[in-house]
Amino acid sequence: MLEVRDLEKRYGRTVAVDRLSFTVRPGMVTGFLGPNGAGKSTTMRMMLDLDHPTGGQVRIDGVRYRDLRRPLTKVGALLEAKSTHAGRRAYDHLLWLAQTNGIPASRVSSVLELVGLGGVGRRRAKALSLGMAQRLGIAAALLGDPPVLLLDEPVNGLDPEGVHWIRGLLRGLAAEGRTVFVSSHLMSEMSLTADHLVVIDRGRLLADVSLADFVASHGSLEAGFLSLTAGGGAR
Amino acid sequence: MISFASAELTKLRTVRSTPWTLAAFVVVSAGLAFLLELTLRNAQRMEGYDPLMAAFLPLTLGQMALVVFGAMAVTSEYSSGTIRASLAAVPDRRRFFLAKVAAVAAVAAGVSLVTVPVTVVAARMRLSSAEVLEACAGAWIYLTLMCVFTVGVATMVRHTALVLGGLLPVLFLGSQGLGNVPAIRKVTQFLPDQTGWVVMHLAGPQDDPRWARDYSAWGGLGLLALWTVAALLGGYLVLRRRDA
Ligand SMILES: Nc1ncnc2c1ncn2[C@@H]1O[C@H](COP(=O)(O)OP(=O)(O)OP(=O)(O)O)[C@@H](O)[C@H]1O
Ligand SMILES: [Mg+2]
Repeated sequence: MLEVRDLEKRYGRTVAVDRLSFTVRPGMVTGFLGPNGAGKSTTMRMMLDLDHPTGGQVRIDGVRYRDLRRPLTKVGALLEAKSTHAGRRAYDHLLWLAQTNGIPASRVSSVLELVGLGGVGRRRAKALSLGMAQRLGIAAALLGDPPVLLLDEPVNGLDPEGVHWIRGLLRGLAAEGRTVFVSSHLMSEMSLTADHLVVIDRGRLLADVSLADFVASHGSLEAGFLSLTAGGGAR
Repeated sequence: MISFASAELTKLRTVRSTPWTLAAFVVVSAGLAFLLELTLRNAQRMEGYDPLMAAFLPLTLGQMALVVFGAMAVTSEYSSGTIRASLAAVPDRRRFFLAKVAAVAAVAAGVSLVTVPVTVVAARMRLSSAEVLEACAGAWIYLTLMCVFTVGVATMVRHTALVLGGLLPVLFLGSQGLGNVPAIRKVTQFLPDQTGWVVMHLAGPQDDPRWARDYSAWGGLGLLALWTVAALLGGYLVLRRRDA
């Protein structure tokens, strides 16, 4: 379980995240929605203690991220921005990550297989296609077999088959009882993947409801999203 | 902690800049030593000439490659975004930083342990006299500390171009004798790269007041240790405070 309490992030005069509170529960996929610049990526970076909040806090099963003993075995994350060295081989990227958390090297090969990169582990990251790089990021998130997953726009750059694969993967992970928190822009995709929605705009919480209730009250996910965020576009 | 440091060693081992910069360090140092010795052979009867100079001056140029290695170990984390994966895996920034410093220091110490004697031999000197061995030990410590110092600076600055644009010109001028120039020596002798010059026999005869510096051979390395601690402290404070 992931608890966000009064989370706030200011960059100078910009309030990227504005006293945000919500809880992400295990056993389901929670979709994190909001227009461009709503504060989704910033919120996710703060969940990992990468960015320091200017207020509030995040707890993972009651513990702050920085106090987790082997964090990759507790929380797996895919961030929006690249986090692999272009000149390093895919296998080696996962290898050093595994070493930091005492994860056996054999797990590296198995997650590469799991995400469909079994054949390209020896390639350098810069020689991977956009979709392959995204799969490598997902492999890194799954490396420690974590009960909590945070994925920032995981379908970015994936082909229809890849999108379908992610959907199955996320639903499967949730069915195993894991906490799956995933941001996306693709309403149609979210309506097929998510069980629950957290919608934000300008850093503020707009909705925290089940997909079924959201669709029931707005007609469709897309209609509901546009009416909530007033179709404002990027700020 | 051991697992964090071995992960850092894996990072260093798995990018191509590591073998390139380290090979450049050895080749430039030893190659220049060989050439310089050929050039200076006839000058040996000059007043104040110290034959150790042919061996140790080239190290002050070769060290630029070692400094590039130390800088890239940090700045590549930021330019590639790897820093986010690193800190998500090791959220305790103090431990992350210690592991990074330990790994870079171990590699720098290991490679310098080879480069220094190879360079001395390339200058056709025997590794036999106590004087030469002391200078070698000093050079080994000096080079390792300079690399660690760079890690501290790079962690404060984060960008390859800024770190190298700041350090390399100073190192290059240093190799040309910046710390020996009479008018400004009072100050320049204390620059980090100059602190190893007495122990490496590059600062001129120290019993001659025209050359004598305000610190001893090993005192100079002590000063470099202080520079290094200051740079690491600065790097750590920046790492802790700023968003990744
Ligand atoms: N490092 C930063 N410095 C200054 N402002 C920032 C920084 N990071 C984010 N912001 C600002 O914070 C706000 C939220 O950005 P964020 O990237 O979290 O949005 P997002 O919901 O992920 O958007 P998108 O859907 O486009 O990915 C934006 O106004 C952005 O410009
Ligand atoms: Mg984003």
